[in-house]
Amino acid sequence: MDLLYKIFLDPFVQMGTAPDLLVQTLWEGLVAGVLYSLIALGFVLIFKASGVFNFAQGIMVVFAALTLVGLHEHGVPAYLALALTILVMLGLAFAVERLILRPLVNQPDIILFMATFGLTYFLIGFGELIFGGETKIMIANQLGLPRGAIDVKLAGGFVSIQKIDIAAAVIASLMVAGLAIFFQRTRIGRALRAVADSHRAALSVGISLEQIWVIVWFAAGLVALTTGIMWGARSDVSFALDVIALKALPVLILGGLTSIPGAIVGGLIIGIGEKLGEFYWGPLMGSGIESWFAYVIALIFLLFRPQGLFGERIIERI
Amino acid sequence: MRAAGGPDVSVGDVLLSVEDVSLSFGGVRAVSGVSFDIRKGEIRAIIGPNGAGKTSMLNVINGFYHPQKGRITFKGETRSRMRPHDAAYGGIARTFQNVALFRGMTALDNIMAGRTLKMHANFFWQLLRYGPALREEVEHRKRVEEIIDFLKIQEIRRVPVGRLPYGLQKRVELGRALAMEPELLLLDEPMAGMNLEEKEDMSRFVLDVNDHYGTTIALIEHDMGVVMDLSDRVVVLDHGIKIADGTPDEVKRNQAVIDAYLGVAH
Repeated sequence: MDLLYKIFLDPFVQMGTAPDLLVQTLWEGLVAGVLYSLIALGFVLIFKASGVFNFAQGIMVVFAALTLVGLHEHGVPAYLALALTILVMLGLAFAVERLILRPLVNQPDIILFMATFGLTYFLIGFGELIFGGETKIMIANQLGLPRGAIDVKLAGGFVSIQKIDIAAAVIASLMVAGLAIFFQRTRIGRALRAVADSHRAALSVGISLEQIWVIVWFAAGLVALTTGIMWGARSDVSFALDVIALKALPVLILGGLTSIPGAIVGGLIIGIGEKLGEFYWGPLMGSGIESWFAYVIALIFLLFRPQGLFGERIIERI
Repeated sequence: MRAAGGPDVSVGDVLLSVEDVSLSFGGVRAVSGVSFDIRKGEIRAIIGPNGAGKTSMLNVINGFYHPQKGRITFKGETRSRMRPHDAAYGGIARTFQNVALFRGMTALDNIMAGRTLKMHANFFWQLLRYGPALREEVEHRKRVEEIIDFLKIQEIRRVPVGRLPYGLQKRVELGRALAMEPELLLLDEPMAGMNLEEKEDMSRFVLDVNDHYGTTIALIEHDMGVVMDLSDRVVVLDHGIKIADGTPDEVKRNQAVIDAYLGVAH
């Protein structure tokens, strides 16, 4: 009985008695969730347009952040370094299209998936070669991102909110909203979705597959860069960052591989669920449940919606 | 032999000609040494028994297949192979035998996708969806609404096409092709799998497109009644070889054609 009480009642009692702690936990979950959403978004963009599950998305985050910091270390002013990093991501998109996607066109998905493994290890090796393997500090201040925390009097206590987290949430939301409109309501967005649906039909209306692939990989590169800056500002920039890509997996399962809203909602659910679980249920199991709790959440959702929250239901004509 | 519409207007110069085209896949000959032309403003039918190479021929014209031998002349420009982008850019639109739509997108978005090549606002305006990009969207949307009215599919414009019945999907696909404002429209079995009423509707649309927009049409069709009623000229393929070419009446009386369709004692 005691255990059942601890699992099913006690956490809620705690939430009720210390609402400020609950708000704090929710806020931290929200911020983590926003960043998970961003990573998942990078995956979804590429998966939608080219059907490739891009294993390298996580390392692209690290690579983008490393390039930015590395350039700054070599004396390039922060904003110029940012512009140059964007160019590097554009170059990467062109290279991926020319050297990976084009030669492998019409190959089974698993081949392309394996090719992104290759890309991952290339980017790790190349990044280490150029910028070194040591941990770096993100140049958040130089980029004009705020630092410090503000304390808000809320729910009978103080909730401490990092300014960088507010910035992260705002920037990520803008980026997501922008991409959503871009995808739904513009020519290139329509072309992206068209390519995702049917290659030959897209070709027949004159859409160029090569151009579309470069655009999605570039968009995914920009998302990676944003994620890298935000995540790097909260911890440091190192190759260990790419484990956050593994966090994107439950988000994708939850949200559906092809859905942008799914990536966002999935990210928030995982982020908040994880923090709540860690804070209220974690002590029961000696803590550290954060690393696997996300998968449990995803599994529970999968039981009820195998196609993910917003995934396209697979309808077969018989 | 036109069932409806006015007199044959401006059937004239050659718009597209294929000369001595051969295409094989490995050891299988799909098309061998076929030549024919398509003249401006006409409705040209390509017929033949199953496996005659009709769809392969359309795929060659549209740039999906590259023939091993032969030349394609489109609007006076001769080339040995067409690329899909060149074909689309030059004004060749098409529909597919088994309907190739963007299933997750609405009927409206599918047809808007047909306007891709006509829209030019650059990536950054698109990203902002402002200024030129927005003006362009509105302007092209107007054209697309005209096509939607023309095809009488107003009530389904917001429906994802994957959910539409087959006949309507075919109509949306025609709409997407029309949105390209093509000079040459290739229709691969536009009436396959349709009931009589749907066939009549589709025939009417094909004739209307030809009359109102002056679009040249090349179509593959199995229903002989439809072919005889719609087309100005017919080319007949059998086992990848051209066996007849002429008006529907001439073709109907041609012994080789009768043999191909009915079989012949060897």
